[in-house]
Amino acid sequence: MRTSIFRGFSYTALAALAIFVLSSPVDAKVFSPDSFTLDNGMQVVVVSNHRAPVVTHMVWYRAGAMDEAPGRTGAAHLLEHLMFKGTEANPDGIFSQTVSRNGGRENAFTSQDFTGYFQSVAADRLELMMQLEADRMTNLVLSQEDIDTEREVVREERRSRIENEPGSRLNEQANAAFFMNHPYGNPVIGWDHELRQLTRDNLLDYYWSWYAPNNAILVVVGDVTMDQVRPLAEKHYGAIPARDLPPRIDWREPPAAAAQQVTLSDPQVRQPGWSRRYRAPGYVYGDTEHAYPLEVLADILGGGTTSRIYRSLVVEQKIAAGAGAWYSPTSRGPTTFGFYGSPLPGGDIAAVEAAMEAEIEKLLRDGVTEEEVQRSIARLQAEAIYARDSLQGPAHVLGNSLVIGMTIEEVEAWPDRIGAVTAEAVNAAARAVLSSDAAMTTLLLPKSNKDKGGG
Amino acid sequence: MARYLKSALPGFVLLAVITALFLPRPAAAVTVERVESPGGIVAWLVRDSMVPLVSIEFSFRGGAALDPAGKTGLAEMTTSLLDEGAGDMDSQAFQQKLSDLAVSISFSAGMDTIRGSLKTLNRTRNEAADLLSLALTQPRFDEDAVERIRQQILAGLARRSTDPDEIAGRVWWKAVYPDHPYGRPTEGSTGTIAAVAIEDMRRLISERFARDQLIVGVVGDITPEELGPLLDRAFGALPAKGKPFTLPKAEPQAAGQTFVVEADVPQSVVLFGHSGIRREDPDWYVAYAMNYILGGGGFSSRLYSEVREKRGLAYSVYSYLTPLEAGGVYSGGVSSANERVAESLEIIRAEWARMAAEGASDEELDHARTYLTGSFPLRFTSTDRIARMLVGMQYNELGIDYLDKRNSMIEAITADDIRRVAKRLLKPEELTVVVVGKPEGVKATAEAPEIGG
Repeated sequence: MRTSIFRGFSYTALAALAIFVLSSPVDAKVFSPDSFTLDNGMQVVVVSNHRAPVVTHMVWYRAGAMDEAPGRTGAAHLLEHLMFKGTEANPDGIFSQTVSRNGGRENAFTSQDFTGYFQSVAADRLELMMQLEADRMTNLVLSQEDIDTEREVVREERRSRIENEPGSRLNEQANAAFFMNHPYGNPVIGWDHELRQLTRDNLLDYYWSWYAPNNAILVVVGDVTMDQVRPLAEKHYGAIPARDLPPRIDWREPPAAAAQQVTLSDPQVRQPGWSRRYRAPGYVYGDTEHAYPLEVLADILGGGTTSRIYRSLVVEQKIAAGAGAWYSPTSRGPTTFGFYGSPLPGGDIAAVEAAMEAEIEKLLRDGVTEEEVQRSIARLQAEAIYARDSLQGPAHVLGNSLVIGMTIEEVEAWPDRIGAVTAEAVNAAARAVLSSDAAMTTLLLPKSNKDKGGG
Repeated sequence: MARYLKSALPGFVLLAVITALFLPRPAAAVTVERVESPGGIVAWLVRDSMVPLVSIEFSFRGGAALDPAGKTGLAEMTTSLLDEGAGDMDSQAFQQKLSDLAVSISFSAGMDTIRGSLKTLNRTRNEAADLLSLALTQPRFDEDAVERIRQQILAGLARRSTDPDEIAGRVWWKAVYPDHPYGRPTEGSTGTIAAVAIEDMRRLISERFARDQLIVGVVGDITPEELGPLLDRAFGALPAKGKPFTLPKAEPQAAGQTFVVEADVPQSVVLFGHSGIRREDPDWYVAYAMNYILGGGGFSSRLYSEVREKRGLAYSVYSYLTPLEAGGVYSGGVSSANERVAESLEIIRAEWARMAAEGASDEELDHARTYLTGSFPLRFTSTDRIARMLVGMQYNELGIDYLDKRNSMIEAITADDIRRVAKRLLKPEELTVVVVGKPEGVKATAEAPEIGG
């Protein structure tokens, strides 16, 4: 549960969900990307990085789980898996064979907000990757047999990620209750009963609705320049006509009026967990002026071992094994400002809750100091420099920021905007978000086997 | 639904490009330099001025396998405490300094080594080296910090104690190495963590953190002339010599056994494996390529194709080689719904046997060669990653020109090599299998070993 985008992503497995924690974008003097837009509306972004003769080639679709039709949860993610099956020109897994035969690595990710596909490969193979990716943007072939097999793969993925893990099951339940109106309440991987019923037409509807060049962003990072990328992008992606996109619903959450508590007790739980979540704005949703101050606030409260919460609950009071805060403003819809803590073994979860509430109360009463803000700014700005030391990291930061509707200029201005945050702005943001009585508390608790009914 | 648009390109053009011969390229335009500091510390350096920072990765020989039997987890706990106060700074003062300088220092314990890494902006590299030196030579082990870290480790152990993946791993290693330190988890268990005393940790650092046990790799915006003094700053205060140690040879046990650990989860987690191969074995590269074909190769391995792609039996199925100082294992895993896991296992055993009997086709080998050589440059994308390779090259004594010769060793592999090594390594009847869940149709052959808390 980290506060900043620069602290690492992980691709845990094949063709995965985007479960990495993303938040803030980056610095002008950091990535210095080049960009232009093809005639069909597809944005092209290039970051030159000549460390090794390789590139990362990514296509981001502004379409994720939140864009699924009602009752079709899981369609975006299952489709992402099926995108590897084939087209008329490249049937039967030729896509992946070609990538690996050319020394490339590939994967894909689906989140609430977007679906992305990428290959990392020798720089002189970039055109081949573009050919393949452009081909499957419009020529996907879906057989019923492939759908039925891959559906089972995704159901196994669901068992691994969620059903076998009590913490994930609690999180899925909590999300469903936290978002009252927004489709973020549905799990990205889908509810199992809907996943089982997704039809070929459901998947193709989603594909033809959203897989279009004017709904996509191309990000290339590596040993190339815009002069090299532009003609290739024009040739392969530019040849695909733009299409009318369906109207998007501008989902908004109603005001939350009631406090909620979601509890999951399970014999598998040996170490209890507590969290509290507040509704928050992001870079593009809600009261966006609070986004940068909230990033600084999350760092002051919960960024590592010198943060207020860790220091208070773990080091001084010695009531928690771990504790912190999280906030990720990089989403199309409403976001969460959250706190989490886990008691010491055999300790009292109520004490963790009380101590956390006292910290929040103290914050709202006394605010943060200018010194705390300046220290946090220095740390966050340094992370923007470290973020350049990677190939996929910059591609992710840029892709994710642009796909939610930010501009490159905003991404590049990140260190300046973080640098402009004042204690006053942090305190105003804290009051706006954390004064609400309508927060959600989650509890992950042990349960002895003999109490358990039904399985 | 109607196809919206014909392919942007005629299919034959695409296929022509796809089948074009892949030409192996040099791994990366990097030069590895050997730097010796005025004080005699040796590091391998790759200069890279893309970002104004320096990554230092290092290892001390001798890892968690040297933990005393009743104090398993000692090395890991010790590494967790190195940045919890050192010199005249207590834990919070030390952490605050790291945080204010935006320097990251981390340590971890593996079976055979204790590893560390330092990443710093160039402007703070001297202060960063000083902090690293303090952490390595003057950690405080304040009682307060020791108890806090102990509780955190215990909380982590408790949290994972019912996790099917964790249980499967512990049972598998315990079954395969019942009497060898490799059979004990590096992170220890509840009882052994409680037994670790401050003197144990002090003894560990005095015996093991020494210049003759140290291996260093550096990548970043720094010249050899600048690096020398920085190395002395970071490592010069270490004693010259560590305490010699030996590890007994690790002989895998429980060949052919299947263990079932009952857990109330919808999906069974499976680990399988048997003895493997050491990194210095002349057959290492052949084994590596063979494993790529069998179960190591992402979207294109046989296990992936048979278990996932064709039958939808699992999301994740894989195999890998674990080379260890005193042995080595060849193992893998799969997770399938309780009612389907028996089928997954049957297919994996069949693929294990097929590779042992037949080896790989020329086409598969060709595919593996182009992937393994072509993807090698993808490892050179961040300073810390390259620095870790420099440490690995020294640890395994691969030579300073390894990056230039590595791909030719892959190129030289023949189908006969694969057949020979597959026959040598793969013993389907010797697989030790651990299943955690409520598997249907999987018969345990023996009682699973106790793994404790």
